[in-house]
Amino acid sequence: MTDIHIDPERYELTEPARYVFDLPEVDRRQFLRIFSVLGGGLVVAASMRASAPLYAGDEQAPQDASEVQAWIHIDERGQVTAFTGKVEIGQNIRTSLSQVVADELRAPLASIAFVMGDTDLTPFDQGTFGSRTTPAMAPLVARAAATAREMLIDRAAAAWQVDRATLRAADGRIAGAGGRSAAYGELTKGQRLAGRVTASPAERKGWVLRGTAVKKIDGRGVVTGRHTFTPDVTRPDLMAGCIARPPAYGAKPRAVDDSRARVMPGVTVVRDGDLIGVVAANERLARQALVALQIDWSPAPAQPSSKTVFDHLKRTAAEGTAGGGRGGRGGAPRVAGDVVRARAEAARVFEASYRIPYIAHVPLEPRTAVAEWTDGRVTVWTGTQRPFGVRTEVANAFGLAEDRVRVIVPDFGSGYGGKHTGEQAIEAARLARAAGRPVKVVYGRDEEFSWGYCRPAGVIDIAAGVDRDGRLTFWEFDNYNSGASGLPTPYAIPNQRQAFRASDSPLRQGSYRGLAATANHYAREMHMDAIARALEVDPVTFRLTHLENARMRAVLEAAAKHSGWPKSSAAGRGLGIACGTEKGSYVATAAEVSKTADGFHVDRLVVVFECGAVVNPDGLHNQVEGAVVQGLGGALFEAVEFADGKILNGTMARYRVPRFKDMPPIEIVLLDRPDLPSAGAGETPIVCVAPAIGTAVRAFGPVDQALPIRLL
Amino acid sequence: MPQFDLRVNGRTHRVTAEAGDSLLAVVRDDLGLTGSKFGCGEGHCGACTVLVDGGALRSCTARVGAVAGKAIVTIEGLAAGDRLHPVQEAFVEAEAFQCGYCTPGMVMAAVALLDQHPEPTDADIARVLDRNVCRCGTYPRIVKAIKAAATEMRRRT
Repeated sequence: MTDIHIDPERYELTEPARYVFDLPEVDRRQFLRIFSVLGGGLVVAASMRASAPLYAGDEQAPQDASEVQAWIHIDERGQVTAFTGKVEIGQNIRTSLSQVVADELRAPLASIAFVMGDTDLTPFDQGTFGSRTTPAMAPLVARAAATAREMLIDRAAAAWQVDRATLRAADGRIAGAGGRSAAYGELTKGQRLAGRVTASPAERKGWVLRGTAVKKIDGRGVVTGRHTFTPDVTRPDLMAGCIARPPAYGAKPRAVDDSRARVMPGVTVVRDGDLIGVVAANERLARQALVALQIDWSPAPAQPSSKTVFDHLKRTAAEGTAGGGRGGRGGAPRVAGDVVRARAEAARVFEASYRIPYIAHVPLEPRTAVAEWTDGRVTVWTGTQRPFGVRTEVANAFGLAEDRVRVIVPDFGSGYGGKHTGEQAIEAARLARAAGRPVKVVYGRDEEFSWGYCRPAGVIDIAAGVDRDGRLTFWEFDNYNSGASGLPTPYAIPNQRQAFRASDSPLRQGSYRGLAATANHYAREMHMDAIARALEVDPVTFRLTHLENARMRAVLEAAAKHSGWPKSSAAGRGLGIACGTEKGSYVATAAEVSKTADGFHVDRLVVVFECGAVVNPDGLHNQVEGAVVQGLGGALFEAVEFADGKILNGTMARYRVPRFKDMPPIEIVLLDRPDLPSAGAGETPIVCVAPAIGTAVRAFGPVDQALPIRLL
Repeated sequence: MPQFDLRVNGRTHRVTAEAGDSLLAVVRDDLGLTGSKFGCGEGHCGACTVLVDGGALRSCTARVGAVAGKAIVTIEGLAAGDRLHPVQEAFVEAEAFQCGYCTPGMVMAAVALLDQHPEPTDADIARVLDRNVCRCGTYPRIVKAIKAAATEMRRRT
């Protein structure tokens, strides 16, 4: 599996209908499976290592670089099918990846189809998170498509006995001198051609479809209601299942009386270890049966509330800095220079402690799974960002080999980092096994709030000092539990100590859009602004004085220019600004706010974003805008309230998410850098929304060192 | 169990249900019309919005017994054959969605809005669509799409 620069077996291209490629056994089996599913034609496989030089300078190297990550098949009619384990959740990669394939293959966009997130059909993938698709997967499929194109040229050159340099690919055909041409399907007819990537993708200047605002594939299916989301999946004899949930975290069933539920027509009560559930012909019958179950629950153990959680997180954090908290992960602190000495010598020291609440992802499509058992194998349709991770979870839950589990992920109603796990898949599979029929489980909104997971809460303590000239000399940053991403300061400060400590979390917590980078940027940028104000230095100038990175300077300067810094666009408004970088892209956000009777109102946002070369400008604009809107929620009102093991605001009415009336005018400026590799864009634009607003609100008085933003 | 005649997208369906069953559950499970989405079950996200006698209604909290006999239109009944409704066209044109889960409800709410406000302001849209959530945050594009649809619908009449 390590020899990845194998040439396509060119000498075989003239010899039709034979499996002959000198590939490792695993690859051979994969190729044969593709041919068996899709018929003959041409297949190119691509692995991460082959595209390694094209990474956008990130630190997250793939764990197993030799694995095949994507493949492309061209059938005998010229239909192109590309396979990736990534999933489509609204970030529009089905479209942007299709643009890449069409461009490199010189084939019409309409001839490209993507099979995504199906563990039986697509290559292994760690998951759709971390803004990895565009920087890592897109270059990979680009190389696979370019290689397929070159193989087709080779095939035509051999068939026509001409020099390949006289041939060109366009519109799904290879054309040569004298008007001779053949469609891709004609060239692959009767063939079983296989190869691994060898060709390089086009430079930015060679892009045709990439860089243009191609419309979302199957936008028509979305607006007509035809698109199949996870809750819309149906199977023959499908039943609906519901799970009995404890009234509070830690409560256990002491006694169960299911006699009333059991006699309801068509109802199956399932008792399987700790799981109590019901299965019925449809969901409303299942919900009725659930209500008929009489369960005596034990009292919930004492546990922190949303009011006491911050003390709890600091108290339970790992002592020292290298180890983890109870059940959590910690990391070695990042240290430079001598902070103790710098602190002793500082002219002024600024300290603050910022509190970050738990927040909920609230995807409109709740956790959903359909499970079906056949001959000891289980197939699960579910909305998850980690199809292969969920396959492992299901296999482990039932003691099955992974090849006995198939996870299929429809293009689903989004996740924002909140759907990395497979509890709903396991629940549906347990109910289906007990009922002997396929079962669908759709979480209610209350279940989604209480039994999904949250963006971690945390406390971030910062101490920073300046010398007599107002230059930062030291920076101490202690993050308790909210997470390590986006933690290192981008500012040039000689003495630094920055650490993340995991704590004991009373709520189930996990990934989120931008994850901890949002919290870390909030604390850092609020603190930079506070220091600048205290020193009576312009906050933009103060940042630029400490910024060396040219890309970061560029977005900050552009945001200052577009917002009209330092003057707000209307009298009486506060203007704030923040900048940051995460996952290889750069953002600066400016916010204008005005005073209201009960606080403040956001009147305008200016967002400057730079993520290297832009693949689909309209899709990118949409992602940036969406991230900014999501950021507004966390900045202004989102916080999960809980006490005694219960979520107190777990409804759409009580947990406020951004709505139409919360929208300020949002001006988005995209800095296209065709000279740079494309970085991911779905997350980073969220990170500066809260600090831009928080610093703007300081025009009206001191601001609480907490999210959501409140005037004291 | 009682039976009800539901007039959905111009066809009458006899369904067996409790009067208190939600219209959304019946439309999705009994009629197989899965375009209307379950989002919250409490009438606060709008993913389930349908038209009943021309007005927007949250089908997750509407009871079957209360809408029997009335003219119900779901997202599946909006286009005329292959020809999209102007609101659907405008959503496609403005790319006014990301994951698309809120879109059917959003489109139906917009159709009802334009019936009442043929030239809606931003404030009209924010007020009338207050209970339609797009968690992907495409609100600015939805506003743009609704205004484009309004212009197109006025042009056609």
